[in-house]
Parts: sequence; structure tokens; C-alpha cells
Amino acid sequence: MNSTIAMITFRSMLGRRRALLLFVLPGVLLLLALILRLTNTSDLDVDTTVLQRFALGAVLPLLALIAGTGVIGPEIDDGQIMYILTKPIPRQVVILTKLMVAIVLVTLFAAVPTLLAGLILGAPAGLTPAFTVGVLVGGVAYASVFVALGVMSRNAVTIGLLYALVWESLFGNFAPGAKKASILQWALSVTDSLTEASTVKAAVSLPTALILLVVVSLAATVLASVRLRSLTVASAE
Amino acid sequence: MNVSTIHDIGYRHYEGKRLGRAYVTRSMFVHNLRAAYGLGRPARAKVMPFILAGIMLLPAVGDIAVVAIAKRPEALFPYTRYQFMLQLIISIFVATQAPVLASREIRFHSVPLYFSRPVVHLDLVLAKLAAFTTALFALTAIPITVLYVGGLVTQVPDSGEQLLHYLGGLAACLLLSLVLGAIGLVVAAFTPRRGFGVAAVIAVLLVSGVLVSIVQGITQNTGHWTLSGWLGLFTPYSLVDAVAYRLLGGKLSAVAAPPGVGGGVAALAVCAAIVLGAVTVLYARFRKAGLS
Repeated sequence: MNSTIAMITFRSMLGRRRALLLFVLPGVLLLLALILRLTNTSDLDVDTTVLQRFALGAVLPLLALIAGTGVIGPEIDDGQIMYILTKPIPRQVVILTKLMVAIVLVTLFAAVPTLLAGLILGAPAGLTPAFTVGVLVGGVAYASVFVALGVMSRNAVTIGLLYALVWESLFGNFAPGAKKASILQWALSVTDSLTEASTVKAAVSLPTALILLVVVSLAATVLASVRLRSLTVASAE
Repeated sequence: MNVSTIHDIGYRHYEGKRLGRAYVTRSMFVHNLRAAYGLGRPARAKVMPFILAGIMLLPAVGDIAVVAIAKRPEALFPYTRYQFMLQLIISIFVATQAPVLASREIRFHSVPLYFSRPVVHLDLVLAKLAAFTTALFALTAIPITVLYVGGLVTQVPDSGEQLLHYLGGLAACLLLSLVLGAIGLVVAAFTPRRGFGVAAVIAVLLVSGVLVSIVQGITQNTGHWTLSGWLGLFTPYSLVDAVAYRLLGGKLSAVAAPPGVGGGVAALAVCAAIVLGAVTVLYARFRKAGLS
């Protein structure tokens, strides 16, 4: 961990207009929860739908994508990464620092709002802590995968979108096999094991999900630091 | 002395024909249309748009195969439902290509170079919007054309009705392309940072879609059918679906649509407001971009 790199990354992610999107996404979630609470329409089904489809299914992947690729992608693009790489800092420290920043951002802007939304909704059957933990572990896995993508490809955002939307959402609905290889389902499995609500159904069993979450996160982090070790900074197109 | 000369330091004058404003506008349109598919750029820029266009075609081809082999003409997708089914792919296309058209010149502060030519500010904005709309129309209209031709070849009954529905589907595609193009370009024009525009556009399209479908479902369960229909106007796909369902004789694909022909007209009015608003905002944005 390197505090200077962490500080610079935080500043670039939260500076001016860029932070707006980070605030708007959880803001919409909280607003929806508040409206449902005020109109008294929240019950077990509604709460599960909001937390599962909106917090876990839409806000988390988008925020992890913005945070994960945003902490390293733009710096590689405009060549500023050279100022970090030419200092005597091990590459894995650079990656770990960037990853920590991404995880902190995902926690602040996805996990905490999920907790707040659950509390506002007054979700029964322990849904609130279950989904908060689910979003948190899913966020760690998403963030490490997207940081690795950000190091490996200049089209990281698009590839991440194709994975999160086309593979996890679209194919996940048609082909049950695709559902098993999806970070979203692994996170949902963790949530499922923490709540007794029958409305949450995961496609993967808990031990498989936990093993896959850990393996994918570690593999992505290792891959990212290996790739950063031999990074060629291409000129702008 | 020529009016256009500031300092005549003896270079040879250009005495040919000046092609003028219309020609410049047409060139900007063609350039932006090519840019939307990465034509005239390295192969890296062509990969994404063509992969997405390919994915758009797959279900249509598969459906025709089912109709032809299993002899089940009722399995043919309704033309106006096709874009609703594949909205994720269309959204990703909008998200990846809108920044190509709207962010690049702003990011590199090269917009003023256009205005050193006989280009009116509005021309640039309209050329960009028209180019992106055309690109999106190609993306959405080709698959349903494949569906229609496939239906003709496999001799699906009621060819007159099929033609009417096909034309309705084309109109819905055009409307959707206009609305999505307008939204995409506006969001991309305000997020010039690389990679960030993509995320911003997809966030707007995806979050509005998920949000509206959740709230529509909840309001239907509590019995507020009319409210549920009107909520559909808040996201582009069900907005266009409302127009297609109420005015163009399509099938309902969204959760609900606003009631009666009046609902369809209201949806059409919202579409027009989005496009006009987008042109105004883009005009203001491109006029000031790069001068600061």
C-alpha cells in the first residue's frame, strides 16, 4: 500500500464532474427506497426486487465498472502511469493500492447505500444485512476483475459492459450454464445463505460461490500485476 | 483584391469553385457516419460496432430458421418487439459509439477548427445527430428487414398485414434511433474523459430502464394500471414501445403502455421534446467547447 498513490487516485476519481455519476447512482436507489416507504408499498417481494434487481443487479456492476477501470485506465491511456512506474515502487503494490481505492469506492457508493436502502425500506427476514454483505463481496470480485481489465485492454469499459450485461444478464436468462459463471450469482449465493427469505434464489451453492469468488479475485489481481510489470505505453490513437 | 485575403504575400490564389455550406454539412455527416462504425479508422475501432451489429442479427437469423424448418409461422418475432428484446445490445452500441462522435473533438479542443470554415454551429450538431441516428437505424432496421424478407421467402401468411407491420417496425426503429441518438450524444458531450462517457451513457439507459420496469411492476401489483402505463414514458425503450403499440399497430413489449391513442400521442410528443431539447443542449455545448 502506498498512501500517496491512493490519495492521487482518490482525488482523480472524486474530482469535480467525474464524481457526479458516483453520487447519482446510489442516490437514485435511496430515492426509490424512500418513495416506496412513503407510499407504503414495501413488502417482502418488493424489497427483494429493489435490492436484488436494482442494488445488486444494476448499481453494483456499473459502479464497480466505473471505479475499477477508472482508477487505472485513464492513467495508462494518457501516459501518466509512467510517473508512477518509474518510481521504485513494486508493481504489485501499485495494483494493490489501486484495487484498495476501487474497493473503498464500491463500498462507499454501493454497499453503504444498499444498507441504507434496506433500512429505509424496513426489509424483513434479515434481507438488509444479507444484501449488504452480498454487494460487498460481489464488489470486491467485480473491482479486481475490472482493475485487471483496465490494465490489459484499452476497451476495458466496453468489455466489462459486455461481460456484465450480455453474459450475466442476457445469457444468464436463457442459458442456465452461463448463470453459474457469473459474479452476480456468486454474490447472490452469499446473500441467499444469510437470509431465510424464500424470495432470494441463487443458482450456485455457497461453497462453490465462495471458492470461485476468492479464486477469481486473486487471479485477477495477480494477472493485473503481472501485466503491469511488462506494460507498453502505446501512443494515443 | 479578394475579400477573403487578409495579407496578400504573393501566394497563388484559389480560383476554383467554393463548395459552400451544404457540401461541408454533407461531409460532416458522412465522416461521422463512418466514424460510428469505425470506418476509416484502425481495425481496433471497427471490432466493437461490427460485433454488436452481428449479435443484433443472430436472433433474426435463428428465428427465420425456426420458422422455415419447423413450419411455424407464428414463431416469427413481431417487428416492433425486436428492438425491445435486444435493448441491452443497442444500449451498449449507443454507449460505445456516442463518445466517438460527441466526446473526441471536445476532449482534444479541436471544435473551433470546424468553425474556422463556413460551418454554422447548428449544422455541426444536426450533422452529428443525423449521422448517429442513421448509424443506429442501420443497426436496428437491418435485422427486422432480414425478418421480413425471411418471412416472405418462407411464405408466412397474410403478406399484406406483414408489410404494414414491417413498415410500422421501420418507423419505430427510426424513432428509437432518434431518441437514443439524442440522449447518447448529449450525455457523451458532457463526459469528454475517455471511458467515462461510455459508463455515463450506459448508466442513463440501463438505470432508467431497470428503475421504470421495477416501479411499473410494483404499481401494477397494487392495482394502479393507468399510473403504471404513464411511467413507461420515463425510459427510451418503453417510450418508443408505447408509440409503436398505440399508434403503429405493434404488439406491447414493455410492462405497460399509457392508455388509448392519447397515450401514444403523448409518448410521441415526449420523443419530440427529447430530440429538440438535445439539439438545443448540444448547440450550446459545441458553441462554447474548446474556447475556454
